[in-house]
Amino acid sequence: MSGHMNLTLKVWRQKDAKAAGKLETYEAKDVSPDMSFLEMIDVVNESLIKKGVEPIAFDHDCREGICGACSMYINGHAHGPKQGITTCQLHMRSFKDGETITIEPWRAKAFPIIKDLVVDRSAFDRIIQAGGYVSVNTGVTIDANAIAIPKEHADNAMDAATCIGCGACVAACKNASATLFLSAKVSQLALLPQGHPERAARVEAMIDQMELEGFGNCTNTEACSAECPKEIGQEHIARMNREFYAAKLSSSKTK
Amino acid sequence: MSWFTQTIFSTSVGRKVIMALTGLFLCTFLAVHLAGNFQLLHNDGGKAFNLYTVFMTSNPLIKTISYVNFAFILGHVVWGAYITYKNRQARPTGYAYNDPGKTSSFSSRWMGVLGTMILIFLIIHLKDFKMAYLGITHKLDLVTYTLDNGDQVEVKNMYDEVIEEFHEPVVVGIYVLSMIALGFHLYHGFQSAFQTLGLRHPKYTPVIKSAGFIFWGLIPLGFAIIPLIIFFCRN
Ligand code: HEM
Ligand code: SF4
Ligand code: FES
Repeated sequence: MSGHMNLTLKVWRQKDAKAAGKLETYEAKDVSPDMSFLEMIDVVNESLIKKGVEPIAFDHDCREGICGACSMYINGHAHGPKQGITTCQLHMRSFKDGETITIEPWRAKAFPIIKDLVVDRSAFDRIIQAGGYVSVNTGVTIDANAIAIPKEHADNAMDAATCIGCGACVAACKNASATLFLSAKVSQLALLPQGHPERAARVEAMIDQMELEGFGNCTNTEACSAECPKEIGQEHIARMNREFYAAKLSSSKTK
Repeated sequence: MSWFTQTIFSTSVGRKVIMALTGLFLCTFLAVHLAGNFQLLHNDGGKAFNLYTVFMTSNPLIKTISYVNFAFILGHVVWGAYITYKNRQARPTGYAYNDPGKTSSFSSRWMGVLGTMILIFLIIHLKDFKMAYLGITHKLDLVTYTLDNGDQVEVKNMYDEVIEEFHEPVVVGIYVLSMIALGFHLYHGFQSAFQTLGLRHPKYTPVIKSAGFIFWGLIPLGFAIIPLIIFFCRN
């Protein structure tokens, strides 16, 4: 078959959360350039199963860039070398025949490894539970256009809302900081009137939760935005910081 | 803990505010310090510099600012070390293969190391000059100047001390290297401080980034060029 490639994979294998892991080398033969990265791993896994080797465990779900499950640190980059995509949107044509590809799990204290490439991202869920929502009493459905929102705010809020909680920002950050992830939610809800009632409590609670989970401190390296599949920008971090100062200086919480 | 101590010790954004405010204060300090150092280049045998030194070490307002300055350096170093330590803890196991060069600047990744280089320099610098001025390491000669109003004053000859130091190749080398480290520290640090403070805006951020050149480029260059001029052109 013309154009097909042979690749060498170095994959992080780790039996369970407690076991010591290591990089194992596998050959990926006859890989079509049109395959997605996950399909390539599927094929490798089939050959491993045939050999009686435990297949590589990895997270995946939608395979179209919207669920954020497919966490893989590929050749030194979250979701591989291309920008603005997830691993499932990465195609094998981005690699060269004969290339060696190193695949590792996200590395962060707050994202413990469950097995091989699968990490536990429930820290993100707990951060959202701490304040990344709006509380709405049930009742009749309100007309969606009853509250006027400036177009620019709606657009910026929509940009922030595209975050899929994939954790690439944490994986790419040298400090394993979740600041971009938090900022996307804080910014989205700060830009919309529906988010205003819980504004101060939200940002304080989410930042406290980030601390408890053991994520690092942002030092503005901007690697997160560069690796984010949704290209969430740094302006959201600046907005979250403003929200935080306003909350700290004005909220009635004195402890 | 009060809300204030909780903020500056136990929240990531709060810790960063301390870094940003102390860092920006140190930037203004650098500008003032450099303006003073340029007095060394007057061809007046050191009169302007020596009188300036007396002013800087006796004026009560300046003395107060200088204590604040020491406190801020200390705060910046302590919080910087704490943040760096916490950030190491947040990633106990690193990547076997990493390629951060494409997504972040060299400066932003080496802030702790660059800062430590500056700290080592500051210690050497204070030992060489401050301790000499205070008479701790050795006694300086005295010189007498006639002021514009006719008064005579007797002051320590700091100028001669500096000129002598800046004829030592090792001193000049350390000085210049440290200023390169400072330049890299501020290449990231200056604009980063504004981002930390939430001061980001499509109209003003480009201005801040351009003005940053004064702090990461011109000011370290100014500091570095003085010992070089003295080493090569003065005897
Ligand atoms: C005159 C000397 C110095 C100046 C003008 C200066 C300035 C700055 C500025 C403006 C920042 C950025 C703050 C922010 O991002 O919000 C910064 C960050 C930092 N500085 Fe300094 N600094 C100096 C000396 C030092 C020293 C002596 C150390 C350490 C031993 C140090 C360590 C750090 C660290 C670790 C950071 C945080 C890294 C980051 O946020 O990216 N600095 N500095
Ligand atoms: S901010 Fe971007 S990189 Fe971070 S979790 Fe959201 S989508 Fe993923
Ligand atoms: S599998 Fe859903 S984003 Fe990749």
